[in-house]
Amino acid sequence: MRAGFARFARNRLALFGAVVLLLVLVLVVSAPLAYPNNPFQLVGKPLQPPGGAFLLGTDTLGRDVAAGIAYGSRTSMLIGLSATLAAIGIGILVGGIAGYYRGRVELVLMRVTEFFQTIPAFVLAILIVAVLSPSVPSEIIAIAAVSWPGIARLVRGEFVALGGREFVLACAGLGASDLRIIFRHLLPNCLPPIIAVGSLLIGTAILIEAGLAFLGLGDPNVMSWGLIISAGRAVLRQAWWIATFPGIAILLTVLGVNLVGDGLGEVLNPRLRNR
Amino acid sequence: MDGTLMPQADIAPLVEIEDLTVRFTSREATVSAVNGVSFSVKPGEVLCILGESGSGKSVTLRAMMRLLPEKRTTITGRITIAGQDVLGLNARDLRALRGGLVSMIFQEPMTALDPVYTVGEQIIETLRKHRNMSREGARARALDLFELVKIPSPERRLDSYPHELSGGLRQRAMIAMALSCGPRLLLADEPTTALDATVQIQVLILLRRLQRELGMGTIFVTHDLGVASEIADRIAVMYAGRIVEEGPVADILANPRHPYTQGLMASTVHGQHRDADIQAIPGSPPDLRRMPAGCSFGPRCPTSQPRCREAFPPISHPSADRMVRCFREGEEAKASF
Repeated sequence: MRAGFARFARNRLALFGAVVLLLVLVLVVSAPLAYPNNPFQLVGKPLQPPGGAFLLGTDTLGRDVAAGIAYGSRTSMLIGLSATLAAIGIGILVGGIAGYYRGRVELVLMRVTEFFQTIPAFVLAILIVAVLSPSVPSEIIAIAAVSWPGIARLVRGEFVALGGREFVLACAGLGASDLRIIFRHLLPNCLPPIIAVGSLLIGTAILIEAGLAFLGLGDPNVMSWGLIISAGRAVLRQAWWIATFPGIAILLTVLGVNLVGDGLGEVLNPRLRNR
Repeated sequence: MDGTLMPQADIAPLVEIEDLTVRFTSREATVSAVNGVSFSVKPGEVLCILGESGSGKSVTLRAMMRLLPEKRTTITGRITIAGQDVLGLNARDLRALRGGLVSMIFQEPMTALDPVYTVGEQIIETLRKHRNMSREGARARALDLFELVKIPSPERRLDSYPHELSGGLRQRAMIAMALSCGPRLLLADEPTTALDATVQIQVLILLRRLQRELGMGTIFVTHDLGVASEIADRIAVMYAGRIVEEGPVADILANPRHPYTQGLMASTVHGQHRDADIQAIPGSPPDLRRMPAGCSFGPRCPTSQPRCREAFPPISHPSADRMVRCFREGEEAKASF
């Protein structure tokens, strides 16, 4: 464990990503302390440039951009994390059953998985949110629904590879049930790649969320980075700061998530360990 | 041990296998891995199944616990262990049988232990499942088991992961795990093959001692004649999915009747003259996807005759506790008397 941390810390990029993510987390926690007012509240004259009374300026309606970014970080993280967890849950269930039972079950489940993979993720997410009506839960459902196939294929592959190992037979030989073998023995053995791929999935989920909000498919009552960008798009030439700062926030957060994900993958994947 | 094949045996057998066949079906071919095997094991007896790779010995063992992939395998015949019809058990009773009444030790202790748990946790898990023991009780029992299999500093080893143990210790831990719920039948699938020669002897001696102390019936699969002579009460020689010869270990070693057993003995180093060549059996085992009609050893047999290609030889009993399947058997006996 300690050796893993040391290896992770040696990777400068991963360390940078971790620092960025830490700052985002600080933002998430401190948003209501730094900006006790509702981020939708009008606080001053519209279109004030950054550096004046408001650190990052105000938008077309006179809302504080910095407050919007702080509260938007909560939305991004909430949706990114819950959607990823849900996707991992579905992926483990589908991939695990397919990889353990094989045969016809596997055939059906993997065709369903591939079916989901062939539909462009973002288009499907838009469709699902449009059908469910825009809200935070429907965004989470939509993002999870387009993100699970990768996990399912990964878990299936790991289960197939582990299924041939003698310890699975030995567990069965000691009277363990299928569920016990799947959840107590096979799953912990393929956790490292799931963690690595899952952490990268958070970045994608944040991007999809921003995209949905930008298109007006986010929850209209919840502040979000995509929503601010979409509001600032019309006045990009007069007031560049409205769209730019939340854009930078998205860029840094997703970059941080990906760098940490890559770092984790390197630490957890024995094949890349000795690079 | 007065191992006998006769039905009038005084003790009820622990294991009775009658006409067991195992076939693996895939899209390409059907492989007949086991072709009509019958044997029995009495409580406290050690039967060694001797045979080369692919002779069906491991498959027979796994069929006894129904550990073969169900969808691709067809098992026929009868397997009775302690009065239970194994092939007819439902999933729940089968789980109770596995690890409770019957336990198995595998060849490669590194891959047969789950790498993410300590060996202690794995034993405790089995004990809690089968015996409904408390965590503390199970740990105490696991410690006893580690002492029983002579693992040095057992308290510390319980909390070791499999990769932290040497091959011999790992196999001992595996044996402790198999013994945890007091099985009446122990199935050992080449448990010493993956070990160093010196460790091999230690593990064999340990197994023999434990088997005697605990009075377990044991079926020990090996390809090593030396190992078989070390541990067995009786030997069953398997070739191409059939038992071709069976009898008490001393008898078989002193007086092998089947040409295959004779060939095995001739191809093993056991105190021959140092300049004498070791004779290998010519040819290779038959393709299990297309079994020859007659005796499966026929094509490699030095004494093969035309009738050997027509039918598989019937069972003959040269003496009360021996069985051989060879056409020559009866005739040779007549000729020599």
